[in-house]
Amino acid sequence: MSTRLAKQGRLIDRSKQIEFTFNGKKLKGFAGDTLASALLANDQMLVGRSFKYHRPRGLVASGAEEPNALVGLGVGDRFEPNQRATTTELFAGLAAQSQNHWPSLEYDIGEVNSKLFSRFLTAGFYYKMFIHPRPFWKHIYEPFIRQSAGLGKAPDTELKDADTYEHFYFFCDVLVIGGGVAGLQAAKSAAETGAKVLVLEEKSCWGGRTPVDGGTIEGLDAEEWIARTVAELEALDNVTLRSRTMGAGVYDHSYILGYERLTDHAPGQGGPRHRLWRIRAQQTVTATGAIERPLSFAGNDVPGVMLAGAMRDYLVNWGVTPGQKVLVATNNDDAYRTAIALHEAGVEVVRVVDARESGGGELSDRVRDLGIRIECGRAIAKVKDGKRVTKVAICAQNGEGGAREEIEADAVAMSGGWSPVVHLWSHCGGKLTWDETQAHFRPDPDRAPTGHDGAPFVVTAGSASGPLGLAAVMADAAAAGAKAAEAAGRPARTVTPIATSEVTEAPMEPVWLMPAKADIELRMKTWLDYQNDVKVSDVQLAAREGYESVEHTKRYTTLGMATDQGKLSNINGLAILADALDAEIPQVGTTTFRPPYHPISMGAIGGEARGEIFQPLRKTPMYDWHDSHGAHWEPVGHWRRPYAYLRSGESLHEAVNREVKNTREALGLLDASTLGKLIVKGPDAGRFLDMLYTNMMSTLKIGKCRYGLMCSENGFLSDDGVVARIDEDTWLCHTTTGGADRIHAHMEEWLQTEWWDWKVYVANVTEQLAQVAVVGPNARRVLEKLNGQAGGGQAGGGMDLSPEALGFMEWQDGEIGGFKARAYRISFSGELSYEIAVSASEGQAFWSALIEAGREFGVMPYGTECLHILRAEKGFIMIGDETDGTVIPQDLGLHWALSKKKDDYLGKRAQSRSHMTDPDRWQLVGLETLDGSVLPDGAYAVGNGVNANGQKNTIGRVTSTYYSATLDRGIAMGLVKHGPKRMGEVIDFPGLDGKTYQARIVDPVFYDKDGEKQNV
Amino acid sequence: MSEAVSALNGASFAGLARVEETGLGGMITLRGDFASAAFRAAVKTATGGDLPDTRRIAFGDRGAVAWMSPDELLLLVDYAEAAAVTASLARDLAGEHHMAVNVSDARACFTVNGASAREVIAKVAPVDLAPGQFAPGDFRRTRFAQVAGAFWLDEADVFHIVCFRSVAAYMFNLLSTAAHPQARVGVYS
Repeated sequence: MSTRLAKQGRLIDRSKQIEFTFNGKKLKGFAGDTLASALLANDQMLVGRSFKYHRPRGLVASGAEEPNALVGLGVGDRFEPNQRATTTELFAGLAAQSQNHWPSLEYDIGEVNSKLFSRFLTAGFYYKMFIHPRPFWKHIYEPFIRQSAGLGKAPDTELKDADTYEHFYFFCDVLVIGGGVAGLQAAKSAAETGAKVLVLEEKSCWGGRTPVDGGTIEGLDAEEWIARTVAELEALDNVTLRSRTMGAGVYDHSYILGYERLTDHAPGQGGPRHRLWRIRAQQTVTATGAIERPLSFAGNDVPGVMLAGAMRDYLVNWGVTPGQKVLVATNNDDAYRTAIALHEAGVEVVRVVDARESGGGELSDRVRDLGIRIECGRAIAKVKDGKRVTKVAICAQNGEGGAREEIEADAVAMSGGWSPVVHLWSHCGGKLTWDETQAHFRPDPDRAPTGHDGAPFVVTAGSASGPLGLAAVMADAAAAGAKAAEAAGRPARTVTPIATSEVTEAPMEPVWLMPAKADIELRMKTWLDYQNDVKVSDVQLAAREGYESVEHTKRYTTLGMATDQGKLSNINGLAILADALDAEIPQVGTTTFRPPYHPISMGAIGGEARGEIFQPLRKTPMYDWHDSHGAHWEPVGHWRRPYAYLRSGESLHEAVNREVKNTREALGLLDASTLGKLIVKGPDAGRFLDMLYTNMMSTLKIGKCRYGLMCSENGFLSDDGVVARIDEDTWLCHTTTGGADRIHAHMEEWLQTEWWDWKVYVANVTEQLAQVAVVGPNARRVLEKLNGQAGGGQAGGGMDLSPEALGFMEWQDGEIGGFKARAYRISFSGELSYEIAVSASEGQAFWSALIEAGREFGVMPYGTECLHILRAEKGFIMIGDETDGTVIPQDLGLHWALSKKKDDYLGKRAQSRSHMTDPDRWQLVGLETLDGSVLPDGAYAVGNGVNANGQKNTIGRVTSTYYSATLDRGIAMGLVKHGPKRMGEVIDFPGLDGKTYQARIVDPVFYDKDGEKQNV
Repeated sequence: MSEAVSALNGASFAGLARVEETGLGGMITLRGDFASAAFRAAVKTATGGDLPDTRRIAFGDRGAVAWMSPDELLLLVDYAEAAAVTASLARDLAGEHHMAVNVSDARACFTVNGASAREVIAKVAPVDLAPGQFAPGDFRRTRFAQVAGAFWLDEADVFHIVCFRSVAAYMFNLLSTAAHPQARVGVYS
């Protein structure tokens, strides 16, 4: 059984007991425990079920590489699935649930099912079984796959995450990722040059695994050296140390993400839970250490089989032993340290099984001296299946697994050698080289990730570089720190050697399968990828079926595709593949390492963007007034505009109809502040606008306005609006609400890239001005009243708004009601209409003055839907309705706005191409349903015959459709093949409701065809 | 003429730092040729300040001049004077290709000050805010989370931020969130 030892546990505080629950069961741990160590202390060997076969699984590792111990953590609005027990610090009240089991962890129906369904679950099962027989998909495969898809449970969709998150931008010369002895030494070396250094350590404590492995540095015990070095670094102004912060990813241009977990160990303490560090470092040192590889033997997934290094961690760090009778299996000397640690802790080591015929070095001698039996050239044949280790059969390594000896044991410590953590080196293109001696891939310093200048920006330090012995690790780290600082522009320094203790180790021997010629029965029980349930036999099957590329094998077998990204399974899996392909391991290569190193929370990625700051809302100066007067909001880009103003008891439809009628019959006010307003100024401004607009703007007289169209260079209609000539070299261009920033950028692009020698400046003054459309038969009256000019004329000192003084399509500066204003006599509604611009800071006051003065004239504000209906009644097009990026002005009957006098404008050449001049292009017409109903938006008109797919041919579509309160019937515009030539014809629009709408092709101007109303 | 009102009417928040909407400021977008003597003289007349270096703000007795791009400055003057200064710039530069536009009402202005002000801004703007890297007189045209903005540090160690008026509420809520009392980073304070 696994249990807490009476002594040991350098990270726990036995005076602080902590209660927590696992699957509802109350358990106790100590401050300093991880959830993993606390579970082991409570003899909770079984921590979850595997993904495919629902096999019982226990802890294998002690850190981020743990594949099995994924739990659902927390409850309610703090619940999160797939949290690793090994990286979860224990806190009071922690509630964890194991995953992938039903009805219970102890008895799982899936485990039974997996036997029934096992034929579906071999390598490539995703691909093979979903194809044939076809009917099986719907009734058998899909329900089965759905049930087993995904790890853990998704949080309740009705609940919102209770926590907050944030980002933090940071810049430094040297970023050190990893706070083990190598990282600390590298930081020290870099800091000594004066470089600004940031050190990130994912765990809560510094020093990595050296205190567990033992040794001395500069004459000090590892732990003392770590404490001293951390204190030294903390005292330096140019060094920042962050624990509980993982280096998550290395990206182009030396951009690195750090993931700081602020309150995971103390939920609810306030403040952000996670902080995402967005770092720009001149140089990055990855001191990420190494990960131990499992050995591939049958039953290597039975709870109680653990990495030897991890078992040592549990003993030394947390005073926990996973078993009372432990068998150690290894192919290298390091695992002997575990045998010694177990022995020192008073745990019986029943056998050390060393796959090497010649055995180990100095450490194995010490183990033998302790009276522990060592067997060389031997292997584990099989660990007996079950919910925990009970019996281990051993055999000769160089055989098929016969002539077994059975040994009673309740835990197995295994070591297949160590692989450097190369992920961060590899994220941005760092290449690897195969190290024959250590049988691992290590970073190739000659092929580092490179930055914008082609120079390397990542350096590895310590065992992340390859060396595993303490002396070599420290020498490498010191050199790495100095190298990074120098590359970051600091002075070069000679690195002084660091004295450490050293142990002579015998060479490791690669063991990719145990025993070497294990038979198929054993290989089918030999796990490579624990989380995705990939076995040796699966990879071999993939090879037999022709999968030669490691990337293809990965996808075919799902090896390394789980949330641990194959941290334990990568090398073992590709060694098996190489063997099956009869190729060398370096020829097979590795799969791609992608960030993040370890999953990070979605919350951290989103940062502060949630609730009211999820997205910026742009508000006009009159926003609050609209909001308190029943505005039903419509998003327009980031703006919010009133769609309509609801009165009590009114439906949205009724409100819109009321606004339409009132504006036509009395007086409507529209907040038009969101319209884009761009000032274009300079000696070449006229010439510039002649290129941008399809019509002529240079000839516009000062004081006049002209409606203009803008096209892309491909000829498609892009934006429209009214242009006003302000003075000799200044024009003001109105754009659509959504087009302001886009057209501003469009203008700047042409000025900066093509016409850089034209003297034109552009400024976006959209937000400087509040603009109000004053619309309707009483429009002039209300403005004259504001000006104290009840009878017209210029009395009161305000602007003269008479038709003589301010005609249609003219503008004027002056005062209205005491407000400094610019008045445009323009109309998008067909009514008498002014658009009045005042300063944004006075926008609300001006609006209120209009509302007050307009009372006697029946004033009502109107929203965007009314605006749309008014313009549609007049047959005015709307960018985004009548246009969709495929429509040219000619399609919309806007030939009058295309200047024939100009040599060129953007889009002119494109509009003369054969497809653009094709008479079969759909063209704008009005549409009137025969029964007066409203055509469905976006409906297609069908004609005779069918297309190649047997579908009815389409001959047109609806672009805008409304109920017109003015005309009391549905009106629509649409693009129809040969439309303008087919006036009076009736065409069919099948609706999604199964009904076919019949509509007559008519002129798109439904109301006041002669334009008399706007010209008064 | 009615009283001009800023977007948030002087809202403030006290957390890790004090965040305050400071009301309307006079702002003029001035574009032209920085090498022109007339241009430099006009800037001096308008603000009392000289042309700033790249990414800097220069202070004069009547205002300040901030570097926006190789051909654009932002002049900061009294709100009440902005229209008049804009008009006189146009007169002074009549013979030169230039643009002077009053944008005072298009903007919202904030200050952030206090021991953690640098950290508050570093949470939302991708700028190196280390004390040696961002000093009084430094100016950045950048983004604050999802909106455009510009900021500078004055001699009294107070950060000044300007953004578009329409997103004033977003900016205020954003800065207040970043200044949550329990969200101290602890690298600059």
